[in-house]
Amino acid sequence: MSVLAEPVDPIPGGAPELPAPVITRRRGAVRRLPAKAKVGAVLLAVFVLIAVIGPAIAPFDPSATTPGQALPLGPNSTHLLGTTATGQDVLSQLLVGTRSTVVLGLLTGIIATVLAVGVGMSAGFLGGMSDEGLSLVANVFLVLPALPLLVVILGYLPHSGELPTAIVLSALGWPWGARVIRAQTLSLRNRDYVAAARESGESSWRIILFEIFPNEIGLIAASFVGTVLYAILTSVALAFLGVANLSSWSYGTMLYWAQNGNAVQLNAWWWYAPPGICVALLGMSMVLLNFGLDELGNPRLRAAGNVRVGRRTWRPSDPTPVLPDEQRELA
Amino acid sequence: MAFITRRLAFYAVAAWVAITVNFAIPRVMPGNAVDTLLAKFPTLDANSLKALQAEFGTHTHGSLISQYFTYLGDLAHGNLGTSVNLYPAKVTTIIGQTLPWTVILVGTATVISFVLGTLLGILAAWRRGGSLDRALPAFTFLQATPYFFLALVAIQIFAVSWGLFPFGQGYSLGLAPGWDWSFISSAIYHSILPALTIVVTSMAGWMLQMRNVMITTIAEDYVLVAQAKGLPPRRVMFTYAARNAILPNLAGFALSIGFVVAGALVMEIVFSYPGIGLTLYNAVTSDDFPLLQGIFLVISLSVLFACLLADIVYFFADPRTRTRAAY
Repeated sequence: MSVLAEPVDPIPGGAPELPAPVITRRRGAVRRLPAKAKVGAVLLAVFVLIAVIGPAIAPFDPSATTPGQALPLGPNSTHLLGTTATGQDVLSQLLVGTRSTVVLGLLTGIIATVLAVGVGMSAGFLGGMSDEGLSLVANVFLVLPALPLLVVILGYLPHSGELPTAIVLSALGWPWGARVIRAQTLSLRNRDYVAAARESGESSWRIILFEIFPNEIGLIAASFVGTVLYAILTSVALAFLGVANLSSWSYGTMLYWAQNGNAVQLNAWWWYAPPGICVALLGMSMVLLNFGLDELGNPRLRAAGNVRVGRRTWRPSDPTPVLPDEQRELA
Repeated sequence: MAFITRRLAFYAVAAWVAITVNFAIPRVMPGNAVDTLLAKFPTLDANSLKALQAEFGTHTHGSLISQYFTYLGDLAHGNLGTSVNLYPAKVTTIIGQTLPWTVILVGTATVISFVLGTLLGILAAWRRGGSLDRALPAFTFLQATPYFFLALVAIQIFAVSWGLFPFGQGYSLGLAPGWDWSFISSAIYHSILPALTIVVTSMAGWMLQMRNVMITTIAEDYVLVAQAKGLPPRRVMFTYAARNAILPNLAGFALSIGFVVAGALVMEIVFSYPGIGLTLYNAVTSDDFPLLQGIFLVISLSVLFACLLADIVYFFADPRTRTRAAY
């Protein structure tokens, strides 16, 4: 992802553009949104929708057990995704558990991004000693392995709910974004329009808020999406380790109980596969969104755009075609 | 050498932070190790409890400063305390038994996935818009999948359904660990499936990053010149473009290794692999805080060491680090 660290061309495509009315440019930007980003956004919207209405449409109480049942039941007409070993409905667990996972991801994303923007922009803009200090802190947090540290911290906070987990996750998840935002701020700081604003007597905070911040929205969005992905994957891993509130339902706790109930050894794929696939799809929506944001900032990254000239396919990465004479005739 | 000195200083600071965080956590957190101890040994009197505390490495008497120096002194002597759950066993002994499994498995798998992912990234960028490049979204699915879930699926398919590989464990039951062939071959056989899941899941990240940097590099003038000179495409691809595009990937290695290790730790639980991840899990489930903290410290320091190694490779790969104090 270090491509992000490079200054992003403010006008994708690089063509000299006259200042267009704001509305047309926005509409153009949405239409230009790469297909990957659109797929990602739709996927994410579906998950957010399930998070909102899931508990209401769940056919069963996710924790209700069937007395006397000892083996997981495969998918059938009553339980569309089968049951756990104790007869709990997997589909209901999935519908109810989506909320916790999505909320935790978004909550962490918001807290960590606010931290990242604050630290990254002040470090990049102020420079000097404060930059050195803040960068050092960020880099140290980056190389410390987050998961073991989280396990130790949350191990002392047993059965913690979403907010403490989100706070601890954010405390360890902000440096990635801060680093990228700092690099971008450093490069923006020396642009002419910032110098002009400074000359005209604008205060530092006004420059940061109105001159630099709007030019980093794309980067901040990418950092937000990346943090949400990290939060979801890490929280699922933590729950799988048993360092979470195991009495509530989330994708992670579903996987924890499936593992504890020997779902794999019992060949009960319907027990562990749905939450796993949901995590992967939710994560994929984030990765696709980030792809789209990357490509929006750096159009070269797009995969499409091959041109056939004669018998050869020219890719956008190829140098300007220097064609042999016979092919030039064809072209 | 300024580069190496700078990095060494940085990792020294990072290691100090890890050590200090490890010291601070049990003292800041509500519900401490002493309570756990009391719960484990309900019949002890105050004196024996104090003796036990000292043995477990949870010195809670004296000022914070003196506690800190006692802790540093213990560390310097390689004393991480005693496990609560596996009582007479020292934390260092337990870690010493389990760490090699993880280091060998995760280390080998990480190197393989880095090399493979980087190569595939080079190819995807070189044949931009080709079949490999268009398959990228499929790789994003793998990137977004938790390792341990992929491990569950791998066990289901390869072990339960097809019976090709064992369910888990590090070696066949009934074998004694040792340097004989039957044990080593059994260990390798048992490690194939876990290693594969690490390679498959972490490869996508390296590949995507390499592809994106490579695409930017291919557009550089010196690549164009190389092509215009009529150099063979393979030479342009590896010696001109990839040689430069790999630098951010190497620099990113240090930042990603933590994620790879974290994923691998959780994956070990699925495979009941006798590494440090499984020990971590057992320590969590049994509230074995001395062991938990010892593992955190060892994992942190190992990751820092891996990062340092990556930086040294970077030093040799990027000649600019030798001419000026870059980075």
